[in-house]
Order: sequence, then C-alpha cells, then structure tokens
Amino acid sequence: MNLAASLNLPASLAESPPLALVERIRSSYTLEGYWDLFQLVQNSVITAAVLGLMGGIFGVFIALRRAGLVVHGIAEISFAGAALFLLLGLNVVAGSAVGAVAAAVLIGVLSLRDREVSAVTAVLMPFGMGLGILFLHLYQGRSANQFGLLTGQIVGVDDIQTRTLVTVAVIISVVLVLLWRPLLFASVDPELAAARGVNTSVLSMIFMVLMGLAVAMSVQVVGALLVLSLLVVPAAAALKVSHRPLTVVLLAMGFGVFSAVAGIMIAITGTIPISPYITTISFLIYLGCLLVARRRRRVSIRKAPPVIPAAS
Amino acid sequence: MTEHSRHAAPVIRLRQAGISFGRRTLWENLDLEVHPGEFLAVLGPNGSGKSTFLKVLLGLQDLSTGTAEILGEPVRRGSSRVGYIPQQQSLPAETPLRARDLVALGLNGHRWGIPWKSARTRAAVEELLQRVGAEAYADQPVGVLSGGEQQRLRAAQALAGNPDVLLCDEPLHSLDLQHQQAIAELLTTQASQREAAVVFVTHEINPIIEAVDRVVYFARGQYRIGTVSEVMRSEVLSELYDAPVDVVEHKGRLIVLADHVEHHHEHDADTIREAL
Repeated sequence: MNLAASLNLPASLAESPPLALVERIRSSYTLEGYWDLFQLVQNSVITAAVLGLMGGIFGVFIALRRAGLVVHGIAEISFAGAALFLLLGLNVVAGSAVGAVAAAVLIGVLSLRDREVSAVTAVLMPFGMGLGILFLHLYQGRSANQFGLLTGQIVGVDDIQTRTLVTVAVIISVVLVLLWRPLLFASVDPELAAARGVNTSVLSMIFMVLMGLAVAMSVQVVGALLVLSLLVVPAAAALKVSHRPLTVVLLAMGFGVFSAVAGIMIAITGTIPISPYITTISFLIYLGCLLVARRRRRVSIRKAPPVIPAAS
Repeated sequence: MTEHSRHAAPVIRLRQAGISFGRRTLWENLDLEVHPGEFLAVLGPNGSGKSTFLKVLLGLQDLSTGTAEILGEPVRRGSSRVGYIPQQQSLPAETPLRARDLVALGLNGHRWGIPWKSARTRAAVEELLQRVGAEAYADQPVGVLSGGEQQRLRAAQALAGNPDVLLCDEPLHSLDLQHQQAIAELLTTQASQREAAVVFVTHEINPIIEAVDRVVYFARGQYRIGTVSEVMRSEVLSELYDAPVDVVEHKGRLIVLADHVEHHHEHDADTIREAL
C-alpha cells in the first residue's frame, strides 16, 4: 500500500519521502497532525515493535553468554558492510546484513577453538570500523545517509523494507524459540550439554549467524552505535527483576517493544532523531528495574530473622 | 557390589585403551571392566588423564588406541544411559533459571522444539528434587544458591532417567563436609540400590573411602587398578611414581606423603607433619 497516496499527501511528498517527512515532522504539534504523522510512520512503528520483541528474546541469550561486546563489534563491522554497499551503489540494508553476518561467522569461527570471543571481537571491531570510515570517505553522496548508518534512520522505512525486516525478525524469533532448550543448556553449562549430546559447536555457529541477522535488523532502527539498546538493555533489565525463564523473556520483550515504539512516537513530535529517545527510555527502564531489585533485596534482608546474640 | 552383579555383563569395558596428544602419552594399554553397582575411584595427580578418562567414556574424546564400550556398545556422546556431573562451577547470579528449571535441563535440555514442560516432565523433576533433598529451594534462582546446593542440583541432573553409568568429575570439590557427605551418599545409593556403575574422579579418596570398590590410579603415563588396599600402598605408589611415596593410615583415613611429587595430598601431608 502506498501510504503517501492513501493519505492524500502532496505529490512532492511522495516523491522524496525523507525530506517531506522532516518538513512534516517540524510542522506537526497538534493531535490531529500527530495521528496523520503516526500513520505515516506506521511502517517504522511496526518494524520497531517486531524488532523490540526479537531483541527481548535474543537479549536473554546474549546476557547468558556474556556476548554484549560481541553484539557491539558485529554492529560496528556491519557498518563497514553498509558503507561498502553505499559506495558501490547497492542496497545499504543488504550491505549491513552482509557485513553483520560475515562478522558474526568470522568471530564464531575464530573463537570456536579457544573460546576467547571477546578478544577476537575486540581485534576485529576496530578493523571493521576503519574499513567503514574508508568506504564513507570514498563515497561522494549525501552526508545524511552516512550518519544514518551509525545512529539510525528508521523513519524512511518503506513497505518492502518493513516486510523484509519483520520477516527476518520473526524467523529469528521462531528459531530461537525452537532452539530454546539446547541453547539455554549450552549457555548455562556447556560441558554437561556437550556430554548430553548437544552439538555445542554447531549451536554456537547458528547462534552467531542469528546474531548477525539480528544486529543487521536492529541497525536499521537505532543505528550501528546504539544496537545494544535494543538487543542487550531490555533483557539486562528483565534479568534484574526476575529469574523465571518465561517471565524474563516476556518482560524483556515488553521492555524492548515499549522503548522502540515509545521512542518513535515521541520522536515524531519534534526534530530530534529517534535513537536518543529509544536509548534513554531503555536506560530508564533498566534503572527502574535496578531500583526494584535493590529494594527487594533490602526488604528480604529486613524480613530475615534477626541474629540472636550468643549468650555470654 | 553384590555377588549377583559381579557375574552380570560389564557396564563399562575398555580394551587396550590409550590416549596420547602428540608425543605425550597420558595412559595406554588400559584394560578395565566395571560392573553394575560397582564404585570406581579414579585417582592421580593433575594432568595424569583422569578427566580425559571421563571424556572418553562420555564420547567427547576419541581414544588413540583400543576400544571403549558402554553396555556392549561403543561409547557415544549423549547416551541416555550415562549420567554426568561435571567439575563444579558456580553459576552466575543472574542466571534466569530456578533450581527446578536447571534440573529440567538435565532431563530434556538436549531436545529442541517448543519448550513446553509436560506433566510427566514436571513430575520427574519433582521426584529428582526430592531425591537430592532440594525441595526447599526448588523455586529459588540457581545463582543465589550455595556451591553445595548447586552441586545437589547437578547430581539431580545426572540422576535423571536412572542412568546405568554415573560419571563424576570431582563432585565434592570445594564443598563443605556436610555437603560432601550428602553428595557421596547420593551417588553410593545410586550404585548400591539402582545397580549403576559409578566412576568417581577425585583428588581425595577419604570422603568416599567406605564406598569405593576399586581404584584406578593414573600417574606418569601408567596406571594401577585394584581395591583400595591393593593400590593405596607405599610400594605400589612408589613404583608408579618412581619416587618414594608413603601411604599412612590414620584413624581410617589414608594419607599420601610424597615430597617431590606434585600432589594433591600435600595438604594432608602438611597436617600430619605438624601433628607429628
């Protein structure tokens, strides 16, 4: 469905959506205008919501495997892929996906033997970033595109992109649910899992490919530099307040969706880009969960029976 | 071990088994049969190949020479007839699992598909929690449990499905005396009442000395097999280490005194020297 046409927007707007959108975002502060605008960005909202859901499930495993740095590394390297495709005049989304999956597989293969995942990541990360900067330097196009790769650009998502992003995010989530038990087992107790017949190496590689795809998807919403806010922070927050597997996943998904969607909905009222809103909201959620956890601990200490002094 | 089980077919059978990494031979020409209900202690200094011995039985490490069979079939990873307690590692505080979830992983953690717990699984988990005496903290997050409590859960995971072989890698390591006794008792029960063969890798034979039927002692690429009184002797260990080793019995405890051999009983040796 062509949104611009369906909303009876001026032809110029349909021709160059990004510019027209910015214009429209600037001039919209009334409620009526807001809902028009909201409909206009509904692709982005759907995408963000689905990515938030995926990030919630994924984040649980990232936390278990202590792979936060790996996520960041893959995101930075995905930026190199996107920059290369931009330079070659190809699809930037495809470029970041190719970069992210390649980086994830490379990290997976290099760290399979010695399990020094974060060391391998730390070595590859600056190299990828350097390549990205090189490609961007060689690119002669508009600089706005360049910045979007790093900090997010979701407002411009069209129907096809939405469909792609949503499809991939759903596939990742479904695979994660189906692999839930062995992946959990291998993450919590790799030795026992291997002994019980879980092929931990194959599982690690599948996980890395999924991670590459998940990062590539999330880069579209918050940009390469801020991917952690969608993939890591919601689950980290959920883990502070619950230890039940299902509760953690549901909470993390809820936090992810909330920060992504609320971020967009606030962002369209002004001119500030979406990512600061998303990162701030997810950070505030984390802070809230931290406080809840602290408070609970204090209460449980107070409830504990007092130590009876030994009779002298 | 009962008379009956002595005549039963061996649960574990190794023939001319050997492991070498490059030029280094951990052990070789190992012939060993372990019968149902038998409790086998695996001893030796660090790096002598005790854990590798378990890895072979788990199907995680190929033999360089010879064959290894469990229940008449070549060893393979993931056999449901084999229970395993890996070396103790404490779980991070934020692990999103309750005690019962961890035990459930021992039952069906290797299966993929929608992670839905059937009534049967729930009942099996409940029974395992009872057997290891962990009902009191069944709903506690695993990350806040003590090392001993976590180790009970690992025992429950290993006992899932009543395995015919129980492989334990230092299961008592870093546990306090009370938990050591409890875990040792659990494993002994599995051997005596459920006719499981228990292979128990350890630094320290004393906590389990009552239960042990036979000992395999690895050192310097060689091994000795026999009952405790056959293997844990000064002349046998001196020959094995090719250095003077004294085995002293003190109030039912065995103390191995070896000055220049990098050895785990050093601590005991120190205590005894101080006592003397």
